Amino acid sequence: MFPFSFEWIWDMGHMVFMGGLWYALGIIGLGMTYVIIKTLQDTFGNGGGGDHH
Amino acid sequence: MDSALIPKGVKRCSLPVFLFGVGIVGVVLLWGVYAMLLCWLKGLNQTNMNDSYGFALWIWADLAVIAIGGGAFFSGFLKYILGIDELKNIINYAVLIGFICYSSALLILAIDVGQPLRSWFIFWHPNVHFMLTEVAFCLSCYFAVLTIEYIPLVLENRKLDEIPFIHNFTHNMHGIMAVFAATGVFLSCFHQGSLGGVSGVLYGRPFAFREHILVWPWTFFLYTWSAAACGPCFTILLTKILEKITGKKLVKDYVIDILAKISGIMISTYIIAKIIDTIYWAWVTAPSMGFNLMDFYSSEHSNPLYHGLWILLLEIVIGGIVPAVILISKKLRSNQKLLLTAVICGTMGVCLNRWVMVMQPMAMPVMPFDSWNLYLPSWQEWATTILPVAYGIILIAFSYRYLPIFPQEKELNPIEE
Amino acid sequence: MKQEHNQDKKYKKYGMVIDLDKCTGCGSCMVACMAENNVPFKEDESNKLDSITWMRVYKLTNKKPFPDTEICYLPRPCMHCEGRHSGHSPCVSVCPATATDYDMETGIVSQIYTRCFGCRYCMAACPYHARYFNWWDPVWPEGMQKSLSPNVSPRMRGVVEKCSFCYHRYQLAKDKAYFQGRKELREEDYQTSCTQACPAGAITFGDLNNPHHKVHQMVLPDLAHHGKPKKKNAFRLLERLGTNPKVYYLSSKKWVRDMGDNYTIEEKHKGVKEELHH
Repeated sequence: MFPFSFEWIWDMGHMVFMGGLWYALGIIGLGMTYVIIKTLQDTFGNGGGGDHH
Repeated sequence: MDSALIPKGVKRCSLPVFLFGVGIVGVVLLWGVYAMLLCWLKGLNQTNMNDSYGFALWIWADLAVIAIGGGAFFSGFLKYILGIDELKNIINYAVLIGFICYSSALLILAIDVGQPLRSWFIFWHPNVHFMLTEVAFCLSCYFAVLTIEYIPLVLENRKLDEIPFIHNFTHNMHGIMAVFAATGVFLSCFHQGSLGGVSGVLYGRPFAFREHILVWPWTFFLYTWSAAACGPCFTILLTKILEKITGKKLVKDYVIDILAKISGIMISTYIIAKIIDTIYWAWVTAPSMGFNLMDFYSSEHSNPLYHGLWILLLEIVIGGIVPAVILISKKLRSNQKLLLTAVICGTMGVCLNRWVMVMQPMAMPVMPFDSWNLYLPSWQEWATTILPVAYGIILIAFSYRYLPIFPQEKELNPIEE
Repeated sequence: MKQEHNQDKKYKKYGMVIDLDKCTGCGSCMVACMAENNVPFKEDESNKLDSITWMRVYKLTNKKPFPDTEICYLPRPCMHCEGRHSGHSPCVSVCPATATDYDMETGIVSQIYTRCFGCRYCMAACPYHARYFNWWDPVWPEGMQKSLSPNVSPRMRGVVEKCSFCYHRYQLAKDKAYFQGRKELREEDYQTSCTQACPAGAITFGDLNNPHHKVHQMVLPDLAHHGKPKKKNAFRLLERLGTNPKVYYLSSKKWVRDMGDNYTIEEKHKGVKEELHH
């Protein structure tokens, strides 16, 4: 799963498959991080109230 | 009693009636959970699988729910990528169905493997040359995406939405949802295809094996295509069922019509491809391995009820051509009875396809001196297969009662204050 | 999976030749295999669909009425398929967790019991039914544990197992050769349990790549054509699927050789069966 595991080979299969997995995990992780940070800012940064309706 | 939790402007049955209904399904759920625990604690000897027929009824259910759960990714694709905005009125329900289907699929897989605690090996020691690995990756990631899509729905509950943090969180989730939906479409396209590939690459099983284009067998494309085509049928079917149970119109006809029309076009193209695939397989692929078409369907040792040619005809004609013809015609699909027939046939067709591709190859002998295998599931297998259905009904019941799943419900069912 | 080509001289391709004319169907190979490899068994072994038989003897019949009835016994171990390109065995190619592997140095298909998580896809992929699932935890009768082989690990419930060509014997033979200062194994150094147990001498085991080994001489595998046997009476099971198995069979009877593969009605009518093989 990781490049430092003993089975890892830098071949096309690993790059495509694992690249795809890490790409998806990356988007999900970054997306959720962005949402949480923005929500914290919206909620607590502007005096505690959201202005979205 | 729970009126504070129910969305404003809609009417729901009383709590005791609701709990009574949920309770009945809950009993079935508990039965399934009991069987599931038996499989985990005592092992797969609780099933009627054997060394020749190593796939259980629930594996078919697993593939079938992934296929019919395809309505979520395809509706997401249509709404977020192609920008068909009208589908916003049904997308919540599609997401909920997708969430149920995919969580069920993961649960089934956890029951199915002999050593569930080692399931993480598929990530840790992946065989990157096999499509099942890709399925596991995409299935898990897409389930994460569906959870992300479902969370804002839960948080839109009236009481939860009053909390500023949750309100802002939901708002921000909606803001970025297109990115998640696009990722979901990417993931879903691949794992639907890879599930097909998993059958198509079995070159030791002439019934399942299909010719390849580069590394992908034909079934790769047929699976994605059929899930996109028939998934929306299941979404429409469940909408109609819910409308029948609640006695209310929940989604406007033009929204259903858009989805039905797109589904019709997809099924039409899919079934043409499927027919070509079947002809090529029957006349070229199978004979190259020494099999005539009828070797797969009739044998002095097999029971025609289980392995008859009728299965192929049922899948292609009733499960493919019939829904394609109905859904593609504006006149026919406008007729509610015909629409319902079409979505039932479409759903059945794709489920049957998964049965044919995964279960039937187990039954047919490959060595000339081997015999046919018949498989009858044990009660534990029936119970664990029904378990996701009960779970799905309960989740839909709670979601419908407490969450604003159908944006058009208020407008379609005004209540006098 | 390594993709090197194993035509290189240093690579071996262990395989088996089973002379069906000699096999009496006594089942000694099955018993020897079970004892050698700590294969678990149930109290009632009558249901062969869920009992583990790494080596299984099939009974074939020409389906003709008396007095023309003929039968033949066909022992079936794991075929250790190589596939059309190196290591692309039906089962190895479908294991999601790399719990089964094709060893390029010996041509043996391994099974890593502690890594297998029991998805059973390899079983679905194998047309020979050579793979078995542990539906139960292994239980031996009181005292029998003491007679288990210390060289083979018993398997736990929920994993797949199969014939390993007695791989532990290969390891022991390598160790012995090392101690004796030899780099190469002799033909007799590494023999499977079933080979040695067969009272009729129907099973021969050795390196198919080595022209001095009996297995090579008995079937003359054509390396240019995925190991197809050049000898007239030799055949492999399901040759047409392209599994490229390393177990060869010999039979002087045409109906037995014909039972080794599938043929369409048209082919049966044309009688091209022999031509397809040779």
